[in-house]
Amino acid sequence: MKVSLKWLSEYVDITAPLEKLAERLTMAGVEVNETQVIGAGWENIVVGKIVSVDAHPNADRLRLATVDLGKQQITVVCGAPNLAVGDKVVFAYVGAQLVDGHTGEIIQLKPANIRGIASEGMVCSEKELGISDRHEGIMVLSPEAPIGAPLSEYLGDAIFDLDITPNRPDCLSVIGIAREVTALTGNKLHIPEVHYGELEDAIDSFASVEIIAPDLCPRYCASLLTGVKVAPSPQWLQQRLFACGMRPINNIVDVTNYVMLEYGQPLHAFDYGGIRGKQIIVRRAGEGETITTLDGVERILNQNILVIADKERAIAIAGIMGGLDTEVTDDTTTILIESANFNQAVIHRGSISLRLSSEASLRFEKGLSRDLPLVALKRATQLMLELSGGKVARGLIDVYPGKQQREPILLSTAQVKRLLGIEVDVSEMVKVLRLLGFGCEQTESSSQVRVNVPWWRTDINCTADLVEEVARIIGYDSIPTTMLSAPLPIHKSMPMLSLRHKLRSTLVSCGFQEVLTYSLTSSEMMSKLSPEPHLMGLTPIKVANPMSREQEYLRTSLRAGLLSVLARNERYMEGGIRLFEIGKTFLLQEKDLPQEREMLCAVLSSLQPELSWQGKAGPVDFFVAKGIIETLSSRLKLVASFEASEDEGLYPGRSAHIIIDNKKIGVIGELHPKVSEAFELTESAYLIEIDLERLLPHAASPKKYQPTPRYPSMIRDIALLVDEQRIYQQIHTIIQDSPLVDQVALFDVYSGEQVPEGKKSLAFRITYQSATHTLTDEEVDEVQQQILDRLSRELGATLRA
Amino acid sequence: MVLNQIEELASRAFDELGKVTNSRELEAWRVHYLGRKSNLTQILRSLATLPLGERCGVGARANEVKEAFEASLAEKKKSLEQGLPLSLQRESLDVTLPGQQVLLGRLHPTTQILDEICDIFSGMGFQVVEGPEAEWEYYNFEALNMPVDHPARDMFATLWIDFETEAGDRPMLLRTHTSPVQIRVMEKSHPPIRVIAPGRVYRYEATDATHEWMFYQVEGLAVDKNITLADLKGTLFEFARRLFGGGRKVRFRCDYFPFVEPGVEVAIDCLVCGGAGCRLCGNSGWIEILGAGMVHPEVLRRVDIDPEVYSGFAFGMGVERIPMLRYGIDDIRLFYSNDLRFLRQF
Ligand SMILES: [Zn+2]
Repeated sequence: MKVSLKWLSEYVDITAPLEKLAERLTMAGVEVNETQVIGAGWENIVVGKIVSVDAHPNADRLRLATVDLGKQQITVVCGAPNLAVGDKVVFAYVGAQLVDGHTGEIIQLKPANIRGIASEGMVCSEKELGISDRHEGIMVLSPEAPIGAPLSEYLGDAIFDLDITPNRPDCLSVIGIAREVTALTGNKLHIPEVHYGELEDAIDSFASVEIIAPDLCPRYCASLLTGVKVAPSPQWLQQRLFACGMRPINNIVDVTNYVMLEYGQPLHAFDYGGIRGKQIIVRRAGEGETITTLDGVERILNQNILVIADKERAIAIAGIMGGLDTEVTDDTTTILIESANFNQAVIHRGSISLRLSSEASLRFEKGLSRDLPLVALKRATQLMLELSGGKVARGLIDVYPGKQQREPILLSTAQVKRLLGIEVDVSEMVKVLRLLGFGCEQTESSSQVRVNVPWWRTDINCTADLVEEVARIIGYDSIPTTMLSAPLPIHKSMPMLSLRHKLRSTLVSCGFQEVLTYSLTSSEMMSKLSPEPHLMGLTPIKVANPMSREQEYLRTSLRAGLLSVLARNERYMEGGIRLFEIGKTFLLQEKDLPQEREMLCAVLSSLQPELSWQGKAGPVDFFVAKGIIETLSSRLKLVASFEASEDEGLYPGRSAHIIIDNKKIGVIGELHPKVSEAFELTESAYLIEIDLERLLPHAASPKKYQPTPRYPSMIRDIALLVDEQRIYQQIHTIIQDSPLVDQVALFDVYSGEQVPEGKKSLAFRITYQSATHTLTDEEVDEVQQQILDRLSRELGATLRA
Repeated sequence: MVLNQIEELASRAFDELGKVTNSRELEAWRVHYLGRKSNLTQILRSLATLPLGERCGVGARANEVKEAFEASLAEKKKSLEQGLPLSLQRESLDVTLPGQQVLLGRLHPTTQILDEICDIFSGMGFQVVEGPEAEWEYYNFEALNMPVDHPARDMFATLWIDFETEAGDRPMLLRTHTSPVQIRVMEKSHPPIRVIAPGRVYRYEATDATHEWMFYQVEGLAVDKNITLADLKGTLFEFARRLFGGGRKVRFRCDYFPFVEPGVEVAIDCLVCGGAGCRLCGNSGWIEILGAGMVHPEVLRRVDIDPEVYSGFAFGMGVERIPMLRYGIDDIRLFYSNDLRFLRQF
């Protein structure tokens, strides 16, 4: 909200420098975003009076204006249509900085010769002064403007642009800010006094108000003026509205806006002549009922919208916008001013369902005080009477079904200390609260007061609220800093955190870059993950109000995000791309929150990284990817085994389940060529996917210590001939499970010359170890023979000569 | 027969000795030709088993060869030692050639800063906890003192999950902040509580250089007897000091969040202009880093913690902001578009 300091200073003396005041307001919760000084550049610009207007000898459209500037009179050439003798205007001497009326750029005024007439100086428009965009004619000042006075003194101002938090609708007003300034500076507050004379005729003879929906309209007040003359507002009023970012319309509408800015209460002026049946009815709209609002748009209403109606039809959407039928026009002579309180929810919902918000609705939906309508109505009535002539009908309408009693709140010094950690004595507390307009009464206890909340503070409901009031006025800076001193709570172990940590650090050491991708994805993305153009097995969860089709579904897997990142980066990276993400996937559950499963997904591009002068490294293949799993499991002190799998996103015959302690915890494999193609990958890639929730129980259990061997080990190499399709895993298991065998390592796989057709040779190095004695050759020979016998019996393996 | 063997051995040995270029190879040569298990030693040991006629000749020749071996060994040793500086020079490397590259990945900058934040608070006794990203409206709003139609809800543009109850309500959403974790923690545990909760949050928001629809927050909560706003100040000052260094100024000002009272906004002096005012700080000289306050009594009451007995503070901060300030990153969208040329800088 914008507040003019000139206006503000009508209610409270401003003694502090602007910057200081802005800082104090900001610190106390009323944030000053920006301070704009109006007239800071108005040097060599003064108030003048037009004393004569003559024709230009050489141009029809130009005229010569002679301006009285007090000390001298200057004649300048001017093209404005509204030059009138006697008007007070703004005169710029040569050298003044002005806004160019056409280009909008800042220019310095130079002496000119226009069609043969010398012109030193200029009569300015509002646009040229940077006050508004008006450039149709020159700016005409009010008749009281002092001739010769610098414009910066006469019209200069400073504007605070404020961020008002949603709990403080009372601060969406100049008086609200004045109250804050009073509390912060101690300077006295002056609220305008309201008096006006009334007609004999009572308002009741003109109109009555009925509230059919009292839950949505706790209070409705109205006054009535007859014989008004609708005209433009005086300049001071127009200027204030401008300064606060509003456009002046006419003296009637401008008064309602002015009082809204002044007090924070939205008001509405009806052309009384348009109200049928002399009756105002506040009711819910009918389903499908229509109204054409002031902006000329026909709106279709529903039952959740509150309207102001007459006997026959809706004449305004309550709290949001007036109707066109009862708009105040130049012909209007009788005005009904509405000042009401509406339920904040109905205004909020109405504004959303109509996609229509206004200065009024923005205020109502924050919840305004029910005491405010009457105060603001009286002020508006007085101003309208002053500015538009006419007479005020006797009395006011005040229908108030929602009257409430507010209970006082008890506040003690102990409560302040308990929340703030600082001693504030009662007298200080009372001083601060009284400056803010709170009433404080003594209680039986000398360290406690009974606090009555002023009517405009709808946000204060409990002790903590009062403590904040005290704190923000004495200043958060005066609160000390202390460290938590109580004993530490018991910490539970968080195995998932440590698992994630281990996996991340291991993958990073293996050359994987961590990425974080969006949790929302599109059905198109998901369908790329399978060669068949249907969604991957799991049903994704939909967002009800997605921002775009790309962000419509919660991801059920990390694959799509990672593969898109891979594809995007392939465009400027020469191979060697390894990526991983650990994140949540979302699985549908019946009538419950989605199941959030934490997954690890990693991808490796098959292309090796940049060339090395020491020779190119081998290709990235399935076994490189598999080595990553083995490294990860080794980091977790686990042993992973693998079992061929079928996964619709992976290359048939080149994918496997990852198995830990007989449980499938993930998959590994080469991408299905069609998936590769769908993601527009230039090279084939390998994918690892681990379900962390499944891995966790195995990773969390600590392993027992094994003593280091005290006796020497014995190493034997054997080469076995086996059928081509024999699976290594079975051979390995038989050897590994034999007595005395400590380690088994495959070091060669060979088929070709010297190996019979349909066979392959596997060479193993076996390390034998005993925990109790030094092994002898005979002992090892015997064990090895048993191994060979078993391999031959179960797998048909023979020792290669 | 054996004599032939000796001659063969000798010629092979001298041949190989000629090829020896360093002391390691020389030692291997010695073990092979003069060691306990060497052929020559075997021959000398087994002289007794030879026929008498052969024994003399073989013995003499073997000893001769042995002496020749020993002499040549000594000579070679000497020459190697003399030639060492030269051969070292010959074997010198161009040490400016690139080293062999080991692939090294990096953690995402968000993960790095989250780890850093969590470490700082762990050091102050806060336990890391987590909560769901898809959340009930109750936890995201209502339990945090924001009933339906509360004006503060407008500060949180929400992405709703497409699920309706029979009554036509839409009770699930993507959490708009990490604050619902406060409620979940307080529901399950009793004071003393001291936790931080990092995680993803979502907003229905158009993206630009300073706005993302998905980002990370860290929530903090401490509840116990006698926790005060002064403790909150102390904790957050210490955090700012550890994260940004001791020289930073920290500002505490009154602000409003429905689930705390009193409410606080914490800012640090601008890293770019040092408080003088610039574009980054909107000419204020201050950069907001987090929102905080004393847990609202209504919030405590709702989770059955008596606000007359216990008090607590809570805070929440945006995470990406911190590396943005620290590294001068001017577009938040860089974080989750995952361009490796960006990510590898951290
Ligand atoms: Zn700055």
